[in-house]
Amino acid sequence: MATYQNIFNRVQVQTSHPHMGIALPPEDDARIGTPVQNRFLGFFGNAQIGPFYLGSLGMASLMFGLFGFLIIGFNMLASVEWDPVEFVRQLPWLALEPPAPEYGLSFPPMNEGGWWLLTGFLITLSIGLWWWRMYTRAVALGMGTHVAWAFASAIWLYLVLGLIRPILMGSWSEGVPWGIFPHLDWTAAFSIRYGNLFYNPFHALSIAFLYGSTLLFAMHGATILAVGKYGGEREIEQIVDRGTASERAALFWRWTMGFNASMESIHRWAWWFAILCPLTGGIGILLTGTVVDNWYLWAVKHDFAPAYPEIWAPIANPNG
Amino acid sequence: MALLSFERKYRVRGGTLVGGDLFDFWFGPFYVGFFGVTTIFFAVLGTLLIMWGAALGPTWNPWLISIAPPDISYGLALAPLAEGGIWQIVTICAIGAFVSWTLREVEICRKLGMGYHVPVAFGVAIFAYVTLVVIRPVLLGAWGHGFPYGIFSHLDWVSNVGYQYLHFHYNPAHMVAVSFFFTTTLLLSLHGAVVLSAVNPQKGHTVKTPEHEDTYVRDTIGYSVGTLGIHRLGLFVALNAAFWSAVCIVISGPFWTRGWPEWWNWWLDLPIWR
Repeated sequence: MATYQNIFNRVQVQTSHPHMGIALPPEDDARIGTPVQNRFLGFFGNAQIGPFYLGSLGMASLMFGLFGFLIIGFNMLASVEWDPVEFVRQLPWLALEPPAPEYGLSFPPMNEGGWWLLTGFLITLSIGLWWWRMYTRAVALGMGTHVAWAFASAIWLYLVLGLIRPILMGSWSEGVPWGIFPHLDWTAAFSIRYGNLFYNPFHALSIAFLYGSTLLFAMHGATILAVGKYGGEREIEQIVDRGTASERAALFWRWTMGFNASMESIHRWAWWFAILCPLTGGIGILLTGTVVDNWYLWAVKHDFAPAYPEIWAPIANPNG
Repeated sequence: MALLSFERKYRVRGGTLVGGDLFDFWFGPFYVGFFGVTTIFFAVLGTLLIMWGAALGPTWNPWLISIAPPDISYGLALAPLAEGGIWQIVTICAIGAFVSWTLREVEICRKLGMGYHVPVAFGVAIFAYVTLVVIRPVLLGAWGHGFPYGIFSHLDWVSNVGYQYLHFHYNPAHMVAVSFFFTTTLLLSLHGAVVLSAVNPQKGHTVKTPEHEDTYVRDTIGYSVGTLGIHRLGLFVALNAAFWSAVCIVISGPFWTRGWPEWWNWWLDLPIWR
């Protein structure tokens, strides 16, 4: 076992000629930043940091994102009477909350949810521009647009939570607050309000794809490191011209579990598992409260949760 | 035929840890080996016990079948089979099967001249399972603290144990674990997508190179960890997801018995702002 296990790089090339990137089409901007080389990073991956392509899309995206971020921060600061010490002390508990239910889908006063609505708009704009940037950067290099479409799946979940479901429910108050603990509180309250999200089959699928993605990356990362001595990390080369690294990696899983992917197909498995996590999760959220009011009772009705016997006499609804 | 076109030259004798040549053969695509035999033994015994437990139980509905651990009153003793004893033996079978599977992977690694990264990674997953059904129940003094083996009953267990600590999202190790799960899934989507976008380029383009991959990632986020680095990073974040999951449950009960939101009071009471 006292052999090299490919956990870190033993040799680093420090060069005065860092890679400046593949040439871009003439209509594109120039890249920014002089690359630096970091010795610590070089132990585990590439030592080179940068250059970076900003462009007008990147600039606009970062600007709108920063506006949204600052609005959240200043609302939190206002909520502690502009006391910077209390701001840091209470930061994990602070929130920019959505409007109260009585405002429905109307635009509320700024201090009663208006800032939340504006922040949602700015950050959505920022994310949209960033998506466009991920798309155009791939096209500029002649590459496929797979990253952008994977990103679109995450954006779908984000839009369901903050835009689509609140509109279907008829109230911005259904949206998620901005804040560290507050968004966790929202998640727990949401699950309890709708009869435990664990009985939502799309939630179950989403979790299965989350764990499945983690399992896949452990399997794939470990396999490639284990065949590193045969050049396994040169995946593109192995895809177009299969070598012994691919063959050993495939046979390892074939002999272990009777089935194997190929060097290309493992990346299709990876892409789909990761994409299906927020895709199914978004469906699960979208159905909650709009189509299904109580997932536990829904599960009892569909024979996958046990119906518990009634222990106490029914309590009359005080509002009924 | 189970053989891939290039497979025959890899099917060589040797590399076994136990049993010499006795179990050194394949069954269809599967390698057998001594640990293949022990895997089958534990897996078949465990599955039969689960089916027996289901037969003793109230339902054959696959969503609702549940093999529950013993009542807390049995402590760390063996329970009668119908009252949690089946769960105890199934747990032994599961651990036996998982460890056998790991050692079989080690033998396959040795046969193929590969590193031991996959069995080591699987070991972390086994550690998380053992934490749930052995380490934490032993620390709490009763096998009844293990989780039941059933599709929806194990979700009920997670829900109930979570609410015993009022709000499990406030468990700091749970926060770390969830962050690692999300990060792993994000990185997996990026890695899969970048490789696919390089070998499935725009119409009229030839297949791209790792330099294109690095350029795309640097252009968009400023740093590309590289073809080898992404697999180290992916393995690291995936294993941390499993490890911190184990930590977040083993500290709940043995080391912290109150609501998790309350745990954070130390932050509010730090001397720097008092």
